[in-house]
Amino acid sequence: MALLLIILLPFLGIGLSRWWGRRGRSACALGAACAPAVALCVLLGQWGSFEEQTYVTHLPWLPQLGLNLALRLDGLSLLFGLLILGIGLLVILYARYYLSEHESIERFFAFFLMFMGAMLGVVLSENLLLMLMFWELTSLSSFLLIGFWSHNQEARRGARMALAVTGGGGLALLAGILLIGHIVGSFELSVVLQSGDLIRAHSLYPLALIFVLLGVFTKSAQFPFHFWLPRAMAAPTPVSAFLHSATMVKAGVFLLARLYPALAQSEIWFYLVSLTGLITLLIGALLAFFQHDLKGLLAYSTISHLGLITLLFGLDSSMGNVAALFHIINHATFKASLFMAAGIIDHETGTRDMRQLRGLWRYMPHTAALAMVASLAMAGVPLLNGFLSKEMFFAETLTQDLLGSFFWVIPVLATMAGAFSVAYSLRFVHDVFFNGRTIDLPKYPPHEPPRYMRIPVEVLALLCLLVGILPAYTVAPLLATAAQASLNTVIPEYSLAIWHGFNLPLLMSLLALLGGLVIYFLRNVLFTWFYGLPRLETTQIFEQCIKSVVETATWVNQRLENGSLQRYLSIVLVSMLVVVIVATAPLKSWVGSIPHTTPDAPMILGMLILIATSLGAAVLHRRRLVALSVLGVTGLTVSLTFLYFSAPDLALTQLVVEVVTIILIILAIFFMPYEVPAESTSLRRLRDWVVAIGSGVMMSLLVYAVLTRPYDSIAPFFLENSLVGGGGTNVVNVILVDFRGFDTLGEITVLAIAGLGIYGLLYGLHLAPPTKDYGGRSWSSDSHPMILDVVSRMLMPLALLISAFVFVRGHNLPGGGFIAGLITAAALILQFIAHGVDWTQKRQSISYHAITGFGLLLATLTGLGSWLFGQPFLTTAFGHFHWPWVGEFELATAILFDLGVYLVVVGSTLLSLSNLSHVGQDELAKEIQ
Amino acid sequence: MEILFAITLGIMTACGVYLVLRARIFSVVLGLTLLSYAVNLFIFSMGRLTSGAPAVIGSVAEHADPLPQALVLTAIVIGFAMTAFVLVLALRNLKLSNTDHVDSQEPTP
Repeated sequence: MALLLIILLPFLGIGLSRWWGRRGRSACALGAACAPAVALCVLLGQWGSFEEQTYVTHLPWLPQLGLNLALRLDGLSLLFGLLILGIGLLVILYARYYLSEHESIERFFAFFLMFMGAMLGVVLSENLLLMLMFWELTSLSSFLLIGFWSHNQEARRGARMALAVTGGGGLALLAGILLIGHIVGSFELSVVLQSGDLIRAHSLYPLALIFVLLGVFTKSAQFPFHFWLPRAMAAPTPVSAFLHSATMVKAGVFLLARLYPALAQSEIWFYLVSLTGLITLLIGALLAFFQHDLKGLLAYSTISHLGLITLLFGLDSSMGNVAALFHIINHATFKASLFMAAGIIDHETGTRDMRQLRGLWRYMPHTAALAMVASLAMAGVPLLNGFLSKEMFFAETLTQDLLGSFFWVIPVLATMAGAFSVAYSLRFVHDVFFNGRTIDLPKYPPHEPPRYMRIPVEVLALLCLLVGILPAYTVAPLLATAAQASLNTVIPEYSLAIWHGFNLPLLMSLLALLGGLVIYFLRNVLFTWFYGLPRLETTQIFEQCIKSVVETATWVNQRLENGSLQRYLSIVLVSMLVVVIVATAPLKSWVGSIPHTTPDAPMILGMLILIATSLGAAVLHRRRLVALSVLGVTGLTVSLTFLYFSAPDLALTQLVVEVVTIILIILAIFFMPYEVPAESTSLRRLRDWVVAIGSGVMMSLLVYAVLTRPYDSIAPFFLENSLVGGGGTNVVNVILVDFRGFDTLGEITVLAIAGLGIYGLLYGLHLAPPTKDYGGRSWSSDSHPMILDVVSRMLMPLALLISAFVFVRGHNLPGGGFIAGLITAAALILQFIAHGVDWTQKRQSISYHAITGFGLLLATLTGLGSWLFGQPFLTTAFGHFHWPWVGEFELATAILFDLGVYLVVVGSTLLSLSNLSHVGQDELAKEIQ
Repeated sequence: MEILFAITLGIMTACGVYLVLRARIFSVVLGLTLLSYAVNLFIFSMGRLTSGAPAVIGSVAEHADPLPQALVLTAIVIGFAMTAFVLVLALRNLKLSNTDHVDSQEPTP
């Protein structure tokens, strides 16, 4: 639990710093510092307890997906945890003085602590998926921190670029982790790290490695993804010091160290990692030298040092690993202090341009001394920590042999990069603090920063010296335990002494120092040459890429989504056709094993009517009333077809629905224009007929293939249990109200929603009804014909009686709630048609909303009622009762459910139809008056 | 019989699809209705076609498959609700855009 606490503390600290923030900026900083301080104590307390063993806590989260809240503490996590918390604390102190009065320090610390928590999560995760979540959270919080000065366009762009590059890398990493999980069968590091041989032997190993490395290289700003880091320098300097030198960019190389036992020790690892590292090392060092911006110089130098660390991991030797970890520690200390020094200079002079900054030694000697210690450590001068790890690095470059006869390339280029790093360190020192007098400073005269702003730099500079002079007494135990955890085996013998005698690495160091001096003295010549080179604006290239992606997406979108329903529908239909064709392609023959049956006369007649009326509707569709009548015939024939093929319930439903639908459509086309222009071009008609005939052919083939094949149905279950379990002999109805009652409940809910939706759409809608029909004749003023009036009055009770009859017998014979509801609705609609809306509504003071709602409620309550008896939702109970005069009869709770269905059908049907008849009402009334 | 039934459904589907692809809302509603007839018959026929065997226990010895029937029954009712909704949507649109073209605007010649 202690590990979970360490990760959670920074997140809790956000609240504390906000709470204390009301009492001033120092209280806010103090509140922000509390959490990391406590976390640091907890972490140090754990150091003793795990004793070079891995300490894992495990809480299941989503074990089905392999995602667990599993944390681990070993040497490597300890090292990174100490770096994050230690440097984090110093940066909090520094940021208190760095941010000006008018900037929201609370917001800054909120983002900062969020990042810190996420970063701790990355290094402490045992589960790889969990680690990835924290990894993405670091990208997000880094985005927020880089864009902290959101009024600044550079900051916004830099933030966006960093998010795009590191977020994209995160996706690649996810793919890599999923592949590793697939190979190993677990996402837990303890398992993955033991399965190195299994992973390397797997055919997916190169792919997994490349994906993981994409994540690593983007995060750690390796070539060719290095360009985001200089742009991220638009962030406030405390952010650069913490994220972009000490922690976030180290997440990538941390992962190299973490997965070293699982992924390293192969040729592909050597070539990919070491060559990327080498190129990054060289390019970073070169470009750093040519920057005029202090932070730009530091950013490129960070890229270069990250390249160095990557190269060390890529050399694939145990010693290389140790050296890489050592350099991670050293780089974090000297680079964070340099960034802070650069921030102080910026803060006190108002500029970071090295062409203006000169001779600051006379104004701020204390800061200058600290910055000089750190830059000399960066240059790798003896007695400072940078020298030790650089010596180890030079020694390691000499031991590799995979490049064959070109093995010397790596040490030579490494020495060259070393020379450039000496040169840019010299630039940082000599250009800024000496080299004449200042030129046009925005703030003049500069002076030393506040006392406490310097403390963090002092602490880090002191560490550079201590580690540099007494490595064995300071960093050695931490390094040893970290290397042991990273290698997962016994660590090699090594010595952290300053003096190893005269050897080749020492010679390389000396060459680099001399080379650096020479380069620095030739700097004016080199600058002229460099600025004569064509400029490569990475920002512009990146923005151009983004722009072209957006343009392509817009283009595709416009092709697909041009606002034409016809286009969308044809795309949908063609895709459907393709799916059906692909799915039926493996079929050997369309003809199945069942012999054909001969159709009888009624069947042939019915099918011919269906064919003729369908074609008629398609051909005559521009003559609306005719087409509608033809369609009515189709519907009625469909109803007869159901009857013919033993589906009386369907026949009844289809019959009533047909009537109601046709009335509805007639009501609607009354308002629509009479003229249907013949506007389709020949090409359009050709396309539509091709799609239509294609769909028709596939439909025919599919039906034919199914009908001539035997099948195995679950029907016997329903037939057997209908009477025994559901208490009804009409199996279709029992399925609806009992077996699949929950489906029916869903369906009547949809029906009710559709009714309400129609009511909502029609509410307040008035359309001017046409005064003449399409023949140019006026509409008859006799709106309620006498014969219909009289007949409908007589029909009403009869229809309701039939409806009740159909409802009651529904459980045992064809009928039921759906059909009865539709019959009632049809009877009521007839009243509307015969007498008009006003007359009818005076006599029916019922709200259709209430009927619909009550029906839904009744159905649901019936379902819930079975809970009272400890039964599952919608269990039916039924029994047989004796009723005097009538005799033995059966009562089932399903009838209540069916009553709910009935009410919903009546309510929502009338909700649509009665409101539709309102639409032209007001205008019509006015016309008649 | 199988061939005849299959051809009928094919023609109904083809006519329905053709109508759905027209530019005026009335034709689309017509097409949708026709298409739902075809699809309902299609689903129904998945339980195979048998005459004189309603799924009412006690009436006859053999019974047709009741499951597709139950599915189609609700499909018919839901199909009606959908048709009603589309029609009303079209009316609302007619008021707003003054045209019954499916794209809410008259095509530019």
